[in-house]
Amino acid sequence: MAKDQQLHKELLPHLFRREYAKMTAVLCRHFGLKHIEIAEDLASDTFLKAAENWALNGIPANPEAWLYTVAKNKARDYFKHITVFEKQVQNAIKPNEYQDECDVEFSLQNISDSQLAMIFAVCNPANSAEAQICLALQVLCGFSIEEIAHAFLSRPETIKKRLYRARSNLRNDHFRIQTLSESQLKARLHTVLKTLYLLFNEGYFSATHSQPIRKELCSEALGLTLVLTRNIHTNTPQTNALLALMCFQSSRLDARTNAQGEAVLFEEQDKAMWDKTLIEKGNYYLVEACQGNEISKYHLEAGIAYWHTTPADQNKWQHILDLYNQLIRIEYSPVTALNRIFALAGAEGHEKAIREAETLNLSGNTYYHQLLGYLYTGTDTDKAIAHYRLAMAGIKSEAGKQSLAKETERLIQNKNNAPKA
Amino acid sequence: MKEFALIFRLKDMAHTKPSPEQLQERMNWLAGIAAQNKLADKGNTLLPAPGSAKTVHPGNIVTDGPYTEIKEFISGYLVIRAENIEEAVEIARGNPIFKQAGGNIEVREVLKRD
Repeated sequence: MAKDQQLHKELLPHLFRREYAKMTAVLCRHFGLKHIEIAEDLASDTFLKAAENWALNGIPANPEAWLYTVAKNKARDYFKHITVFEKQVQNAIKPNEYQDECDVEFSLQNISDSQLAMIFAVCNPANSAEAQICLALQVLCGFSIEEIAHAFLSRPETIKKRLYRARSNLRNDHFRIQTLSESQLKARLHTVLKTLYLLFNEGYFSATHSQPIRKELCSEALGLTLVLTRNIHTNTPQTNALLALMCFQSSRLDARTNAQGEAVLFEEQDKAMWDKTLIEKGNYYLVEACQGNEISKYHLEAGIAYWHTTPADQNKWQHILDLYNQLIRIEYSPVTALNRIFALAGAEGHEKAIREAETLNLSGNTYYHQLLGYLYTGTDTDKAIAHYRLAMAGIKSEAGKQSLAKETERLIQNKNNAPKA
Repeated sequence: MKEFALIFRLKDMAHTKPSPEQLQERMNWLAGIAAQNKLADKGNTLLPAPGSAKTVHPGNIVTDGPYTEIKEFISGYLVIRAENIEEAVEIARGNPIFKQAGGNIEVREVLKRD
């Protein structure tokens, strides 16, 4: 019994996270996006009933089937109630709108279609990218407001407000969730991929230091992108490229932080901790992505991630530099510009990289000084130290500050120990 | 910020087919401009090869390519952003065309019509 209770404690949140979002998606497809709250209420009721029932009677043999049966019954009750209400109270102005769609179907196909429809509904350009990510976490991934606030390092009230606004925008939109027409899917795929990309990055480069939250964000983004590959209209080269990128990056998640939660630099990572299965999946999706002539930014970033996970090749940095050269022309960002300099240093030496870095005009950027500190190390210790100090002044994360302080200290020691010329 | 067109001229057809190393050098130069967020328009390469180039003259006369009258032919163009013409010239100066192909680059401010 004690064991059962333990299981109960662990199973329920896990199931909730996974099934709540699917259930809401299916119900929502049935009711329409306007009534998303009804769908969510029914899903919540279902889980409440599960919590009560399972605590008393133990967990059923097939929890998912149990949940879907209950949800189906609750939906049927709701329709019945509505129909009675409309017939008797409203005198049936709209005759029996709901009657012939009484039964909600929880088949695999319908779940997958509904999830896809929900992804497309949530990734709505009417909302800001930030709001879309919040909404995706709540509606598509079943995160609570507290969990989202934790991931964004912001207050629950802020998140609540943001979600409220985003939801009303969603209701006003005329996006039809019931049908998935090819043209609608095609028109919005770009936005959807971008939101999933940002969702993944939110996890990968998250402000929070909580490793479990990071991992969960990344794996949710990966799971949603996987859903896109299961529909012929959304299984495009770009989708596969994004998925490959996510697989490659995820393969290093465990190696990126040590037991104390500090970031581990790429060169110092234990390669044995890289997830081989994910790397192989990344390779598979990258090959899929190369059907056709299209080269998107996801292709280029996946290519860069590929070279990072591949065993040393003597031209590795040249390949990475070539990819960054293309990426920077597709989309300028300071981060890409600085990463390109890092690749340039690997391919053509620190001196050339320093010269190019200094044309970038990014002296307000912390990573810029960090990069120059790294590039000057070994040739001009004073400049290296000066840049590391500038970087430390601007950096927000405590762990980052500490590792910079350590490196600066090492440089000062070396300098003092060096024989005087 | 103003915009300047860089117009590339080559003397020799052979240089329209650069080696991989030369291509890499050109890519590095171009990406370096993009990395400063100064690439306004990637521009285009203009094919000078027979069958891809003709010149239309008055009097319904059409000749092959641009080569009959001028020694240098335009091989491509792009548009950059710069504070002034001096900066634009400085950027053009870094292009590997000078050591690779002996061509030249014309720098011209773009008159922007709204």
